[in-house]
Formats: sequence, structure tokens, C-alpha cells
Amino acid sequence: MSGILRVCTAAGCAGCGGSALREQLGAVIAAATTGDPASGLALKGVGCLGPCGEGALLELESASGRRLFGGITPEGVAAVAASLANLSPGTDLGTWAPPAARPIDLEQPFFRLQKRLVLEHCGRIDPESLAEALAAGSYGQLRRVLQENRPEAVIEQVRRSGLRGRGGGGYPTGLKWATVARMPGPEKVVVCNADEGDPGAFMDRSVLEGDPHRLLEGMAIAAWAVGASRGFIYVRAEYPMAIAHLRTAIAQAEDQGLLGAAIAGSAFGFQLELRVGAGAFVCGEETALIHSIEGQRGVPRPRPPYPAEVGVFGLPTLINNVETFASVPPLLAIGAEAYAAIGTTNSGGTKVFSLTGDVRLAGVLEVPMGTPIATIVETMGGGAPDGHAIKAVQTGGPSGGCVPANRLDTPVDYESLQELGSIMGSGGMVVMDDSTSMVDVACFFMAFCREESCGKCIPCRSGTVQLHLLLQKHLAGEADAADLAQLESLCHMVKDTSLCGLGQSAPKPVLSTLRHFRGDYLALLRPEPEATPEPVP
Amino acid sequence: MATDHSIVSSREASSQPGSGAFPELEPVLRRQGHRPDGLIEVLNRAQELHGQLTPALLRHVAAALRLPLSRVQGTASFYHLFRFKPPAAHRCVVCTGTACHVKGADALLRALERELAPGGATEAAGAEAIELGTVRCVGTCGGAPLVVVDEQVWNHQTPASVLAGLRGLRR
Repeated sequence: MSGILRVCTAAGCAGCGGSALREQLGAVIAAATTGDPASGLALKGVGCLGPCGEGALLELESASGRRLFGGITPEGVAAVAASLANLSPGTDLGTWAPPAARPIDLEQPFFRLQKRLVLEHCGRIDPESLAEALAAGSYGQLRRVLQENRPEAVIEQVRRSGLRGRGGGGYPTGLKWATVARMPGPEKVVVCNADEGDPGAFMDRSVLEGDPHRLLEGMAIAAWAVGASRGFIYVRAEYPMAIAHLRTAIAQAEDQGLLGAAIAGSAFGFQLELRVGAGAFVCGEETALIHSIEGQRGVPRPRPPYPAEVGVFGLPTLINNVETFASVPPLLAIGAEAYAAIGTTNSGGTKVFSLTGDVRLAGVLEVPMGTPIATIVETMGGGAPDGHAIKAVQTGGPSGGCVPANRLDTPVDYESLQELGSIMGSGGMVVMDDSTSMVDVACFFMAFCREESCGKCIPCRSGTVQLHLLLQKHLAGEADAADLAQLESLCHMVKDTSLCGLGQSAPKPVLSTLRHFRGDYLALLRPEPEATPEPVP
Repeated sequence: MATDHSIVSSREASSQPGSGAFPELEPVLRRQGHRPDGLIEVLNRAQELHGQLTPALLRHVAAALRLPLSRVQGTASFYHLFRFKPPAAHRCVVCTGTACHVKGADALLRALERELAPGGATEAAGAEAIELGTVRCVGTCGGAPLVVVDEQVWNHQTPASVLAGLRGLRR
């Protein structure tokens, strides 16, 4: 009896028993003798299996198919391992029901409605094994494009695929690549923005932890297409496992000639370095990120010049986020037309979301662009738990806004979300139920932006402080109509006059909640003072 | 992370003679080619090894990368994760990201602040120093609300469960 046991060892599950589970199951398999059901089992620690809220997760793939178990707690790990060890010889593993674990239906919408391209290998392969990544097809597209030796054809493919920046901006990726490729000069740089700072967003973490080679391949293809020989991955320090897996993956790829000099026997060389951040949300902004890579304070600067002209060390620089680079190998594998056909007219391909908050099934999922938000949060996520109804879905983090319940039929694509006053953002989706105060949510994001403002420009540095004070005044029930009017006008001022994206978008959560949930603000206003009562005789 | 920036005065920094030797920093300095752009990498490693960035460390890094101390200090103080005070024996960081906020991180933080404050219940029970901090999202939101204690993530916490866990640390 052979089979594969996959234990999720991504940061979410590792913390709630995943690491211990892997260790103890490993011991059981090592001790198994011929004939024991455990003896033919292969054990893998894998990246995110999807429904992170159900962790720790264990998947069994045997002759009778795949089965997923969740809800394993640190206390339950020993029981699961003992149960595997005590299976009587000849038992069909397909019937094994580990104790202290509940089966998760793999046919439910959460899994069935996904279209996994970026996450194709995530949760399937051991992210620390290059051999497994290669067996799954990693670096195949890099070898192919190097052999065909037509960089402009690669850029054309990316352009035709309709792929747009997955960091949230939505700038056409092919156009960005073509711009950098056209820049003169012998030296160019490719940068991966892995500074996933939006609270509530963890899609990029899943890719970095679960399939780092996919990112490295995407970056190498991009570097070759635009003519860059150096690259940086800027990753936030809050993701220690992602950092560890990236370090391992880079060393393995260099060792096998898939990074470094003369890649895959070609004349193309690409030196890739990891840069670890030190806790500054503003470094997700591309000009601040460039300064941070250069070892300076992460302070943004005005654009133009855009990084495509003047980037890291003054060189022409291509900056894309993790998911954008990770989309490139599958895009080239299935072809630009097939990739474009997956999404909507203006937004091709798939998008990875992290679903969390007041939702039954929280986790990471990948769906075609244009999927209605309701499908993601209600059909796939199961809606709000404990008899509550969904009030709003927050997208785009501190730079985004809230989509009200009556607009959940909105498809996820860049334009539709923008029309609603929110943004696609990097893919964090936080569900809020009917017990949530939207003023409190707005105040939460403003507190965040106030803390994270770098202080360079006055509208952001002072504006976020004033906006936060005004929101606190509302929450305390001390605001009047004039305060509300001031809140609104100050929002527009900060939005219109701030230097970088942080300040320009900081008022968005306030503006979007004012637009869709004005009643929440009005209910908090101090009642107007009554006319002086007649003196009692 | 909670900001905790006490700026080293230049007098304090220069009053200690000699920059001290930190041979353990040599590998990272070499890897960065002693180039100024490696500053944050070097500072990250220095803090990893020493728990904090002391004036002597900052002077050493400045000299090794041929940068003015003001540049090194200015960069280090910009980023939330760099600290200039020694760490406590244990560190409890409450995640205050969006998902945790929605699930009650505020109440959790307030309760812990009360309990871990001087004179609070835990101190009365004979606590050793536990440093309380906050972080805006560690990206494992499925476990919200959560805390990170000594680099370990504790999922789905209540004030009572965190305090029980913290008491367990001390035994």
C-alpha cells in the first residue's frame, strides 16, 4: 500500500500543530515494518493547503484518492500518529479515519470553484526540494524561452495575456516589461516586491513559503526578457519562514545552474539577492522600496522619473510583485490566449485572494478574474458564522475600501472595484459581519496609516493624525455635523495632495465607508443641542 | 512592531572609546562586500545576534561600511523592528492586523496591558519581565485573534488563554 501524506507546514498551520505532526508521523513511518499500512507512505511537509482557518491540515493521497483532514490541534497530534502506527496490517489507508481530526470535503465550492495557476504546486510539493519542483515542471518555461532566444516574443506573450500588476495597481505587465526593455544601458535590475504589508493579506506569503521556485523562475524569465542581470527580492521581516525557504531555493537554483552565471547552459546570467525589510509599511511603495534596497531610510520620492528609468542604484528597474512574477511561468505554459480567456476582457487570468475575518472557511484561494465577490465570500467561504449576516467585505487593506453587502455581486476586476470606491489591492479580503462598526474599521485603518506615514510630506504626516483624531471623536460620540463635514473635506485634501500612494490612499477606507455606510457615522453624531427650554414656573 | 526608539546621543556614542570588535558580524559584512547598500542586512543580522542595536554596534557598522554614524542611526531609527533597548526575557506580541482587529484584538491587548502592568495580576503572581508589543499582521489570519510569543504563533486566543500560556513559560 503506497500513498503520500502531506502535512501543511506553512506559517499558519506550523503554529497550530503542523510541525509536530510532521515530526511524529515521520517517526511512525520510519518505524513501520513491511506490511504495516504506514510502511509504503511518503511524508511531505508542504506549503499552504488552502483552508488555513481549519489548521492544522493533513492530506492523504492513496489509491482511493485524496482526502483532507483539518482541525488537528497540538494536543491531538500524538493521537493521530498513534492511530497511524496502530493500523492493522493490510488495512486500506483509504478508510483510515484519524482521531482528533475532522474530514474536510474536497468537493465543496471552496476547492471546486478554484482555478489554480499561481498556486498550481503550492500544497503539492515540498517547497524545500528543488527536485520536486523540477519534477512538477518548474524552470521548464525558463529553459524553453532561453532556447528560443527571442526576448521580445516573451514580452509580447505577456502583453497579449492581459496580465496586470497583481500588487494592486493593475498596470499592464507586458507594457512595463517593454518599457524597461527599451531603456538604454548595459545594466538593468529586476525587483520583486514581497513586502506584503496590507494587514489581512497573506497570498504572497503562501507562494513564497509553498513554491518559492515558481517566483525565482518568473523573475529569471522577466530578467532575461528585459535584459537585466541583477535582481532583488525585498521581503518583509515578519515572514521568517518565507525568508528561509527563499534562501534555500536561491542556493539550490544557483547550485543547479538555474540562477547565477550561464543559466541552463546559455549566455544569460542573473544574480539574485534577498533583501529583508525591517518593518515599514511604506516600503511597499516602489520608490521607498528602492531606497530601502539601497540601505537607506524607506522614504518615497516623487515620480517621474519612474523606476523603469531610474531605479535601484539609478539603473532602469523592473518592479513587480510576487504574484505577478509567479503568474508568468503558467501563463507561458498555457499560452497568452488561453490565459487571457480565463479572466475578463480588461483583466486576464486568475487572482489569488486571502479570505479572512467573519467567514466560515478562511484561507487562500485562486479564482478567475471576474468572479463575483459573493461567490468568493458566500459560496466558497460559507458566509458569516454564528447566524450573522455579512455587512461588508474589505478589499485592498489600508489603501482600499469596503464593498457593501448589497454590492457583493460585483465581479473582482480592477475597474469594477474602483467604481465602488475600493481597489483590487494585493488580494486581502476581510469579511465583516453585521456587528461591525464601519466607523471603527475606518478608524483602525487610519491609525495604521498614521503610524506608518514616513513623515516626508505634510498632508500625510499631519493629515492622518487629524483624520484619526476626528474619527476617534466620532467613535466617542462627541462629533457633530461640522466635524463630519471636516472629516470629509480633509479626506479629499490628503488624497489629492500627498506625495506617494500611502497618503493618497489613506483616506480611502474613510471615503468608502462614508459612501456606503453613512448611517454608521450619523448614528454616532452628538445630538444637536435643543432650544433653551421654557423656564418652569 | 511597537515603536521604541530611544535615539543614541552622539556624545554617548563617542564617549566610549574604540568601536569594539564584533567578529561575528564579519560574515555578513563580507557577504555585503562592505558596501553601504547592505546596511539594513547588516543591522538585521546584528540585532539577531545581540538582541538590540547598541551604540557600540552602530559605530562598528558605520565604520565597517564607511558611513557616517548619523546615516546609520538615522536609517536604523526609521524602521520599526530595530530596537535600542535590551529585550526582556519573554516577548508577547499581539497582532493588531485587520482580521485580528475584527475578531477582538483590541480587547485582548487592553486586557494584557492591564494584567502585565506593574501591580497587575501577573506581576503579583511573581512574573519575570514580559515585554508586550504589537504587530500589524503576521499573515496567518486564519488563527485570528493571535499573539506571537517568543517567535511562536498562538492562534485563537483570549486574555485568559494568553495569560495561562505566559504563566506556563515561567515554570
